[in-house]
Amino acid sequence: MQLTISGLLYQTIQSLLLVLVAPLFLGWVNQCRAWFQNRSGPGLFQPYRNLLKLVNKDAVMAHGASGLFRTTPYVLFACMWLAAGIVPVLATDLPYAPAADVIALVGVFALARVFLALAAMDIGTAFGSLGARREMLVAFLAEPALLMVFFTASLISHSTSLTTIVETLAHREFVVYPSMAFAAVAFLLVFLAENARIPVDNPATHLELTMIHEAMILEYSARHLALIEWAVAIKLTAYTAIGIALFMPWGVIEAGHWEGLPTALGAFVAKLLAAGLGLALLETVSAKMRIFRAPEFLGTAFLLGVLGMLIRFLLES
Amino acid sequence: MSQAGPLPIGIILGVIVFWLGIALVGLAAQRRFRLVSQVLFPLGGAGALVLAGAAFAALGQAPASLVLPLGLPDLPFHLRLDALSAFFLVLLGGTSFAISIFSAGYFRQAEGTPPGLLCLQYHMFLASMAGVLLADDAYLFMVAWETMALSSYFLVTTNHRIPEIRWAGFLYLLIAHVGAIAILLCFGAMQGFQGDYTFAAMRQAHLSGFWASVTFLLALFGFGAKAGLLPVHVWLPEAHPAAPSPVSAMMSGVMLKTAVYGLLRVTFDLLDTQLWWWGVLALGLGLITALYGVMFAAVQADMKRLLAYSSVENIGIIVAGVGLAIVFRAYGMNTLSALAMTAALYHCLNHAFFKSLLFLATGHVLHATGERNLGKLGGLIHRMPWVAIIALVGTLAIASLPPLNGFVSEWLLLQAFLFSPDLPNPYLHMLIPSAAGALVLAAALAGYVMVKFYGVIFLGRPREDKLAQAHDAGNWEKAGLLWLAAGCLLLGIFPVYVIAQLDFVTVDLIGRALGDTAGKTGWLFLTPVAPERASYSPLLFLVVIAVGVGFTYWMVRMFYHGRLRRGDPWDCGYPAQTPRMQDTAEGFGQPIRQIFEPFFVIERELPTPFDGAPRYRMTTRDRLWHWVYLPVARLAERMTSLVAVLQQGRIHVYLMYSFGTLLLLLLFAR
Repeated sequence: MQLTISGLLYQTIQSLLLVLVAPLFLGWVNQCRAWFQNRSGPGLFQPYRNLLKLVNKDAVMAHGASGLFRTTPYVLFACMWLAAGIVPVLATDLPYAPAADVIALVGVFALARVFLALAAMDIGTAFGSLGARREMLVAFLAEPALLMVFFTASLISHSTSLTTIVETLAHREFVVYPSMAFAAVAFLLVFLAENARIPVDNPATHLELTMIHEAMILEYSARHLALIEWAVAIKLTAYTAIGIALFMPWGVIEAGHWEGLPTALGAFVAKLLAAGLGLALLETVSAKMRIFRAPEFLGTAFLLGVLGMLIRFLLES
Repeated sequence: MSQAGPLPIGIILGVIVFWLGIALVGLAAQRRFRLVSQVLFPLGGAGALVLAGAAFAALGQAPASLVLPLGLPDLPFHLRLDALSAFFLVLLGGTSFAISIFSAGYFRQAEGTPPGLLCLQYHMFLASMAGVLLADDAYLFMVAWETMALSSYFLVTTNHRIPEIRWAGFLYLLIAHVGAIAILLCFGAMQGFQGDYTFAAMRQAHLSGFWASVTFLLALFGFGAKAGLLPVHVWLPEAHPAAPSPVSAMMSGVMLKTAVYGLLRVTFDLLDTQLWWWGVLALGLGLITALYGVMFAAVQADMKRLLAYSSVENIGIIVAGVGLAIVFRAYGMNTLSALAMTAALYHCLNHAFFKSLLFLATGHVLHATGERNLGKLGGLIHRMPWVAIIALVGTLAIASLPPLNGFVSEWLLLQAFLFSPDLPNPYLHMLIPSAAGALVLAAALAGYVMVKFYGVIFLGRPREDKLAQAHDAGNWEKAGLLWLAAGCLLLGIFPVYVIAQLDFVTVDLIGRALGDTAGKTGWLFLTPVAPERASYSPLLFLVVIAVGVGFTYWMVRMFYHGRLRRGDPWDCGYPAQTPRMQDTAEGFGQPIRQIFEPFFVIERELPTPFDGAPRYRMTTRDRLWHWVYLPVARLAERMTSLVAVLQQGRIHVYLMYSFGTLLLLLLFAR
């Protein structure tokens, strides 16, 4: 928890970088998906163009929208920004990271989600409350599974601080933890659910009966919508970065070892590209499922998380 | 008076007498409404503040005791103020200050019990709770405990002309007394056949494992009945909606905590050993209660019932924390025991603040609209912005979201769970971390419940026309609500400071403090055991979010033209929307009903497609009624019918009984 100039500098650069790169990552996932589906795709920079387009439009707001509705996009953006600041991406020297450990990280996502769900109910349309209800349903099922994954990791490293977990996992002798294999599968399922991806939700749909996340943001337009879309991209990137940090942390550097930065950067970009490719493949080969299959899906994730934890006790201690 | 106590206990005693005085003035001036509401209730609130201040000062001091020459001839009242009592007195004073202030603007002349009587019952209730917390012998404890039960019973039945309310009051009184009998027996077992009922003697009585276990089980049942542990939680969802809102706030926020106090007093202070299986029992029961409570909260349509079930959930979390503290303590891991205990105490304090806040907010909504049913509310954020914003703070706090207070205690508790792999028992060290999953599930479901609660009441469009007349809170009400909201915020942001105060309690009970490790890296970071193990800084968290919001706002203002039009909602282009198309409480609870269907008894009355006037009716009930309560009731009925055989109703039969008894006595006494 020592404050160093290099640490502060790196903290600032990382949080800005992740925020700025997030739409690009989303563009990469969409592009890969287009390739898998034999389409030519809109190009990597389409999300930026979308944001620019939205920012230039006039905002239309429903009669009866309250202050909560207008504040939520900013809160959402700030929460995701905070999340982007505590996940170790290239180095573990993050002076801000002690402010929030993995449990608080889950709390950040929950805070953003609750605000968005409340904003969705604010206008008083049928779809808004439908989206809020479904989002909260997925969330309460996903959250325990996510924490089980984090708990398994923190049992290995005896810490709930994400930087310590990454340091332990990355810099010890290379050991494959069977418990982490179970946790990885659980994390993948949670990742899909929390980021509103297929098979739980479909980010590309506006079909009334199937949408979850899109139903919540139906009433947003222009700058507010741009902020939300951007925040969603940051969330996707931050979640991917969490997955990388937990399950593929090799290459992350510790405080003071700045000479390894180019390697770390190269490794992270490669891992991110691979993750995007994997996500696109997964989304291409699976179909969206009914909303009431989601409990089974996330229940599986939870059980895998618990199994991972039990295996940690039975085989590894 | 054998021994003059130091200042704080004297002040607290003074406040109790002051409250009793207010109660008597209320009784004397029964019909003078303005005096009661504008003078007596605020005075009571001021007393509460003094009480909290004195108790706070007493936290760090050595225990003080006092013997009052009241009570029975050779059974004087023993009072004692130690750290545990002082902590709960701070909780009592801090919360009831806001509730009294709120009540000054809340009570109206037209309801059931006249205001003066209400004032009497209310202040008796306050005084008896303080009495429970100060008592140092079983006799005074039971007297205060019963006064508490009775005064709250009368408060619950304020609107006694409504049969449901009378029934709710009866259920409450019944369970309170079943619990009180268990507590009485618990004290009986604890005095170790010495015949001395002072707590000082009980601390000296070294009970055998069997008798200690009997004591603990009786205490868990007796105090659990008051707190709302499964399966004796059923009175909460009946009594809380029946009572006026400040009374619900008081019962839920403070009275349930006196039960937690009793459990802690018996388990950690009066008993000198703790067995590990007690802790496992309390932990399991607490977690089951938490899940059960929150699941039922999710399907309620009445806002106060919803909050009552949410209280069941929170009590479950607290008892789980106490259970964990017992397990650690039994294995001699005192630091971890102190961690779990701190989490439980912290959650008591948090729950007192946010639950009182939400009950008071619902009270205002109820007054302004006359509706308790969520399905008939909506859009109140426009009509009562003050209440809505303050209730938002409470909602976020109870959903345990950072950086508010609910998150801190759940975070601490999860940290305690994560240390359980160090336990020497080969099964517990595996099972307890997995049980943390249940805690997280309960917390996540609480998020669902609170989105439903807040969204359906305050957001959306008004579901009824009459809601357009709803008004915002008055000044008294605002002041009370603001105090509680500030408490939620401050308790959330300065955990290191709060834990430093809680340490006095854990040092007393367990002999360990967290303060030197919890604040190791300064007041900014909360590091319960070690900085590299876990750390959390709510203030930094809040600052970064606030800066993030401000910066984003500023950026948007800089680069955006800022044009904004108002229009009709888009809603996928569907033009004919009415407010009735929003999710009702039933609609919002539907996924929970579907997923957890086996836990509910659901009765549906569905319309056919050809109905001219379609009706949709659905009730969800508790299975425990069928599994526990109805069989017990039937058993009781059968027993009484057996007893009725003796009751012949003829005088000579009864004379025969007397004669027979006399013969038997002569036989035995010889």
